[in-house]
Amino acid sequence: MNSALVESREWLLAQRWVLPVLILIGFGLAFAIPEYGWLNKYVQLVMMYVGINIILAVSLNLVNGYMGEFSLAHAGFMAVGAYTSALLTMKVLPVVAYPALFPLAILAGGLMAALFGLIVAVPSFKTRGDYLALITLAFLMIVKSLIENIDYIGGPRGIPGIRKLTTLPWVFFWVVVTVWVVRNFVYSKYGRGVLSIREDEIASDLMSVNTRRVKFLAFTVSSFFAGIAGGLFAHLLQFISPRVFDIIKSTDILIMVYLGGIASIGGSILGATVYTALLELLRPSTVAGMLSWLPDVVFEPLNQHFIQHLGVWRMVIMPLALVLVMIFWPRGIMGLREFRWFIPKRDLEAHRRVLDDEKKT
Amino acid sequence: MTLLAARNVKHYFGGLCAVADFNLDLQSGELMGVIGPNGAGKTTVFNLITGVYRASEGSIRFKGAELVGKTPHQITALRVGRTFQNIRLFRDLSVLDNVRIAHYAQADYSPLEALLQIGRYRREERRIIENSRRLLAIFHLEAYAGETAKNLPYGLQRRLEIARALAIGPELLLLDEPAAGMNPNEIDLLMEFILWIRQEFKLTILLIEHQMKLVMGICERIKVLDFGETIADGTPEQIQNHPKVLEAYLGEGPVG
Repeated sequence: MNSALVESREWLLAQRWVLPVLILIGFGLAFAIPEYGWLNKYVQLVMMYVGINIILAVSLNLVNGYMGEFSLAHAGFMAVGAYTSALLTMKVLPVVAYPALFPLAILAGGLMAALFGLIVAVPSFKTRGDYLALITLAFLMIVKSLIENIDYIGGPRGIPGIRKLTTLPWVFFWVVVTVWVVRNFVYSKYGRGVLSIREDEIASDLMSVNTRRVKFLAFTVSSFFAGIAGGLFAHLLQFISPRVFDIIKSTDILIMVYLGGIASIGGSILGATVYTALLELLRPSTVAGMLSWLPDVVFEPLNQHFIQHLGVWRMVIMPLALVLVMIFWPRGIMGLREFRWFIPKRDLEAHRRVLDDEKKT
Repeated sequence: MTLLAARNVKHYFGGLCAVADFNLDLQSGELMGVIGPNGAGKTTVFNLITGVYRASEGSIRFKGAELVGKTPHQITALRVGRTFQNIRLFRDLSVLDNVRIAHYAQADYSPLEALLQIGRYRREERRIIENSRRLLAIFHLEAYAGETAKNLPYGLQRRLEIARALAIGPELLLLDEPAAGMNPNEIDLLMEFILWIRQEFKLTILLIEHQMKLVMGICERIKVLDFGETIADGTPEQIQNHPKVLEAYLGEGPVG
């Protein structure tokens, strides 16, 4: 890169107004795109999935990245949020007032998930690492079999016919809220406490960090947003069943977090976007469309033997990609680093001021 | 005034007696050393005081408050700071964050204020940064504020650990082998340094050390442990000629 380009990049990263402006533009686009049909329905759908996955990845990063634990329960919290909000919009809220009360239903899903988060936080006081991972896995299984055995909420058949209330502006709104809240958490004493637990829990306790309280908070915030994402997901897919929220779902979110990078909000946004987009790109129809320019002699056998079976091949390609990333990029794309726009100005200056002073003298 | 008082403290690991009947009266402003061969139970005493272990028997009082049964962060919040024998910094975090983390108990705001960035949050965060930077400046670590702690050279890591311990605003400072891995010159500097921070931060210091030069040079009183038992207690002069101490360090019986 030439120096002028580097300088202008540095300049742009140092501007604090860029992020608020981008958010405003984002809101504008979120309203305009569906309104004027600027992008086709399929792309709009993918965009909403990207948004939901960003919420999931950023919130999971709090526990798996910042705190350094390994939670497999995220899909479980998502299920709690999805079922709570779906039941509210279908059975409790008056039919007429649907759209207006939709955000409340989503919020209730988040709160219910946060309540379950508290339950999982308790074993984390005594248990760490592999053992806590097992406990979170057990939690996920409990949630799944609970749902399967309650007939009122559809049992293993799930809930069909949920109203499609999730819209692009709502998804964007919740993405902004998630990033904002998680970012505020991370750059507070609680967030630094979470980081210090990952580094050395005993030393953290001996530096006056109330490790229990900090773990409680991290699990609560993390599961709250998983619940929010679950609610949005249910009202987008319009059908939920226990099978949707299994270990594969948790693994998907894990991949987004580790691909994007641990302890990085920017990383999780990137990870979720890249992973979701890649998964969509690997659909047979998309790939066939992209490769249709090939001569028939090449295209036909390729299509017949490979592209049409991509649904299966995906499950080989994606994990393989993850293994390669972990080998060559062990901390993910942005591990332990952050977009400068997300870091509070106060923090940036506190870390830098002296070096600037030294330059002057 | 007695700042720290330990009475008949015993601690067992399974059937093994690590500390047997430990007693201590530490006066406010005193600088006391704890010595003893490896495995004598010195670090265990520190861990009992700071709540890492819970004493099997006995009582430890700090300014009249019972410490046995309290968690480490509760004890630390009473203003007891410590360093570690093997440096235990938050290695992947910045130098500044290492010091900022130790302000946890002093930072007076609630989770909600933090999540919404309202109320006391901003003021407190600013104050923490100021205090952290002041400490880093005192320890000549200011230029490394943004550096990852693990990248610092060994000597600076030791210094940062003391800065971090001071960030909790301690009245009692426990130093676990502060001179480990230092050469004689560095030890001379460290001795001056310890005396200086004692005065500057109005500290009472309890330190564990193997370097006799440091212990004999600056400690006003010395306690000698061996196999969990206190075998001597007194001024450096008394300790140097104490028969039991010579025995513990050099072996039994007169030579020749």
